[in-house]
Amino acid sequence: MHAILKKSTQLLAVASLGVMLFSANASAANEQYFPLQSYRIGPYAAGGTGFFGGFIDYLQYVNAKEGGVNGVKFTWSECETEYVVEKGVECYERLKKGLNGAPAAATNPLSVGIAYATLERSTADKLPLITINHGRTDSTDGSVFPYAFPLQLNPYSEVSAIINYIAEKSGGLDKLKGKKIVTLYHGSPYGKETSPILELLAKKYGFELTLLEVPHPGNEQQSQWLNIRRAKPDWVILRGWGVMNPVALKTAQKTGFPTDRIIGNIWSNSEEDAAPAGAAAKGFISITTHPSGTNFPVLQDIDKFVVKAGKGNLQDAKRFGTVYYNLGVVNGILNVEAVRVAQAKFGKRPLTGEEVRWGFENIRLDDKRLKELGALGLVQPLKLSCADHEGGGAVRFQQWDGSKWNVISDWVQADRKLLRPIIEESARQYAKEKGITPRDCGKEG
Amino acid sequence: MSFFFEVLLGGLLAGVMYSLIAIGFVLIYKASGVFNFAQGSMVLFAALTFVSLLERSVPFWGAFVFTLLIMLVLAWAIERFVLRQLVNRPPITLFMATLGLSYIIEGLAQAVWGAQVHGLDLGVSDEPFELGGMLLSQFDLFAAAVAGTLVVLLSLLFNKTRTGIALRAVADDQLAALAVGIRLHRLWLIVWAVAGVVGLVAGLLWGARLGVQFSLSLIVLKALPVLIIGGFTSIGGAIVGGLIIGASEKLAEVFIGPIIGGGIENWFPYVLAMLFLLVRPAGLFGERAIERV
Amino acid sequence: MLYRESGQFVTSYRADQRVFRLWQERWGLALLLAVAFVMVPFIANDYWFSAILIPFLVLSLAGLGLNLLTGYAGQLSLGSAAFMAVGAFAAYNFHLRIEGMPFLLSFVFGGLAAAGVGVIFGLPSLRIKGFYLLVSTLAAQFFVQWVLTNFSWFSNNSSSGVITAPQLIIAGHDFSTPLGRYLLTLGIVAALTVLALSIVRSALGRNWMAVRDMDTAAAVIGISIARTKLVAFAVSSFFLGIAGSLWAFTYLGTVEPHGFDLTRSFQILFIIIIGGLGSVLGNFLGAAFIVLLPILLSNISNNLLAGAIDPGQLENIQKIIFGALIIFFLIKEPDGLARIWQSLKRRARVWPLRF
Repeated sequence: MHAILKKSTQLLAVASLGVMLFSANASAANEQYFPLQSYRIGPYAAGGTGFFGGFIDYLQYVNAKEGGVNGVKFTWSECETEYVVEKGVECYERLKKGLNGAPAAATNPLSVGIAYATLERSTADKLPLITINHGRTDSTDGSVFPYAFPLQLNPYSEVSAIINYIAEKSGGLDKLKGKKIVTLYHGSPYGKETSPILELLAKKYGFELTLLEVPHPGNEQQSQWLNIRRAKPDWVILRGWGVMNPVALKTAQKTGFPTDRIIGNIWSNSEEDAAPAGAAAKGFISITTHPSGTNFPVLQDIDKFVVKAGKGNLQDAKRFGTVYYNLGVVNGILNVEAVRVAQAKFGKRPLTGEEVRWGFENIRLDDKRLKELGALGLVQPLKLSCADHEGGGAVRFQQWDGSKWNVISDWVQADRKLLRPIIEESARQYAKEKGITPRDCGKEG
Repeated sequence: MSFFFEVLLGGLLAGVMYSLIAIGFVLIYKASGVFNFAQGSMVLFAALTFVSLLERSVPFWGAFVFTLLIMLVLAWAIERFVLRQLVNRPPITLFMATLGLSYIIEGLAQAVWGAQVHGLDLGVSDEPFELGGMLLSQFDLFAAAVAGTLVVLLSLLFNKTRTGIALRAVADDQLAALAVGIRLHRLWLIVWAVAGVVGLVAGLLWGARLGVQFSLSLIVLKALPVLIIGGFTSIGGAIVGGLIIGASEKLAEVFIGPIIGGGIENWFPYVLAMLFLLVRPAGLFGERAIERV
Repeated sequence: MLYRESGQFVTSYRADQRVFRLWQERWGLALLLAVAFVMVPFIANDYWFSAILIPFLVLSLAGLGLNLLTGYAGQLSLGSAAFMAVGAFAAYNFHLRIEGMPFLLSFVFGGLAAAGVGVIFGLPSLRIKGFYLLVSTLAAQFFVQWVLTNFSWFSNNSSSGVITAPQLIIAGHDFSTPLGRYLLTLGIVAALTVLALSIVRSALGRNWMAVRDMDTAAAVIGISIARTKLVAFAVSSFFLGIAGSLWAFTYLGTVEPHGFDLTRSFQILFIIIIGGLGSVLGNFLGAAFIVLLPILLSNISNNLLAGAIDPGQLENIQKIIFGALIIFFLIKEPDGLARIWQSLKRRARVWPLRF
């Protein structure tokens, strides 16, 4: 008993020490800070280690090669979320104030749940919330969601682009009529999010849509695939996450469904999704907003300045240039570009979140600029504005050859005009529920 | 109709895999009265160790033997540092201790071997072939054969060897077994080690199918209703329970799922198990407890 | 010396039955409440409110709910999170769909809905017990999650299934700042804690304990087992339901069904194991432990060790520590942290003497 008492007092002492240390802040520096709500363990660790590895490596590269942006160096610190929402919130609250006087630029949680939970906090704290390739679809409407950025591709654009690709393969949108498409989705809000849009498209183009749910985490899918076998669809859209993807591919093989008729969505498109399925994954098609591979000048520079210098963030060096890693690099490019744009307006100093937001809304990435960044072909041309926080909406298709992804299509554009009214309607409803007066985007610079 | 049989067969084969996990439970419960929630983590730990060794180019059997040794050490540590300290505590305490164990083992497995997904190829193909209009895969048959062999071996162990007879004595009455000179601690060690071996086999089969990774530890949740239906103390029950659960959940998902909205596999086995319990509160093959005041 | 009952005489049955019989206890409690309600708001910052104090209070309440069922009535449950989810989603829908429903009332209705669901899944406890009962609570866990994800009506047809908190306005006061959310949570938790203290001292609480210790014997002395168990499920789920609403609305401000998964149920179970089964205070100690330990560990590694440990590894280490602590507590101190408080009190009573 005494021992326990003693221990608990010791623990208390350590606790107060930890808290004291933590609240101490050193003097300000000429640095811009990125709070990283990363996840390196748990069921989704494969995504987290790759993405945050690429992001950190890009920041390191900018620091090493150019000494930051206009002399403002980047700094960051990590806080493990394990992909758990409340841990992400705790990390957000802990890190949002910046580090040693360096102000935070933006948060990049790479988690739908955490993004939702920190959406209102981000608006209140005036800190951009970057949800690249995912996030709340209606946050595309920047007039209602000034601080949320579903960069490049929101979930609605994603399915629209997939349907457009299928149309292209079948010989035109009118040929979709009578086609059978099955969507196999993860049994979670993320998985169900696009169902209404798919139904809308099915009605519009006259294809036959079957929605099949796989219960979380998705390590048993035999009954779903037997159903697919019975339905004999032309295409299967795989809307998976984590372990569900390789299991889907393996089960597809087991039930004799051709792999090259399965199209993976944006979270079913990494090496970690295909490789564990082994030979069963060969021929699997998926969308991507950026090719994998190391042939881009920016990746070779990262290799030269960061990885060769022994500072690479990846534990497993083989993952350099994989899909998740490159997504991290792309994310890094966009974040840094936003800071650069904002510095041009507000001055060459560490910026506040509000100023960085202006930077994001004024990102203009055309082929020329992408070439300067060494990222032509890696990042799609992107033009953001106050009203449009997504910007791109295009994807390329890639196919797994058993050991790596090969890009098999050019950029396929989503039908964003069709989706925009739905997004605006949803945003308007949100604004009404929350009592938000939308910004007038006509007046924003 | 042939589609119905195909689903049924697929379910039965999946059920065999559930049984494998459930057998590990039954062994430990019989010998020490512990409801071992950590069985799932043991499966994960074994499979992860094995596949990581393979990736470090240790030959197959070397990795197998080495993993077995590690599982032995693990069993020894559990017996020495957890079970022995908790003798004579209520079963509920022991159960919660295994919850703690599962956290330790999962943390350890990921700390040592990392959290990536590993592919595992046992050299048995999962390609389907057709038999009377139904699809069958070689891998399923292989898994069923392995499970069958394991059951036969375990029954031999339990019925024919001295250790097995001692085990049954302990399961019957711990105090009486102690009184006639059976060494309880050694028996516990043996049982946990055997459960570790069963865990390894189950981990390899599941891992080959799903990839070796964190969610392997979640299949423990499928084994629970299997146990409920089969009873906690019967290996035969675990097999029958596994088959019932496997077949019925697949049939339910395929035929009932579309009507009420799909994805019902997670809870259907539990509801089924509950219905069973209302009829037979100690499972199909479980022993009915008699209470005295 | 410090904690002496000598000289404090009771002269009425009422006084004898008080929950806090000694003046030291009453003053201590008043002081604690004063600190929580008045002093903390002045010294804590947003981070403390949003990331530590509010989750601590909510988890304490959830622990309290489970403790009533498991610690007092002896029914093991792994479905706590499901009842939290029912509470949160029911409160959301009551508030949304009934015009002019006051915010606090929707919490109460949410709790009642959770209680109803709790009774349904508690029904099998009449026939089965022990580990077999786990199945029923796990069924609740998976079934509720499935219903909430699959029928989008519950999340007001939001395409992502995520519900967001309505504006926290009570009687014209806006409680949506971190401080406001803290005070709101604290008020509700304090009120419910008093309720729980009274329940466990009432005839009902004593029936629970009788059933826990030996249900056959309890039946012999005339306690209706069926009623006692079902009431335990109902009350426990009511507390959990309110905790769920608080989790969704005052803590995160948004929640999806997945936020109430099995891990959350385990977390709550750990709170009561570490804090102490069959203790009200223990839930607060256990929750404080569970909320603070991870934050503490990551702060130590970031500041003292300057990030020498990889953050991912840290989480693994933390998992191992949690597991080890649970086993340690079960072996060395089955009554949990609450027991430490008991022995402190015992020592304060004879202080400065040792015995």
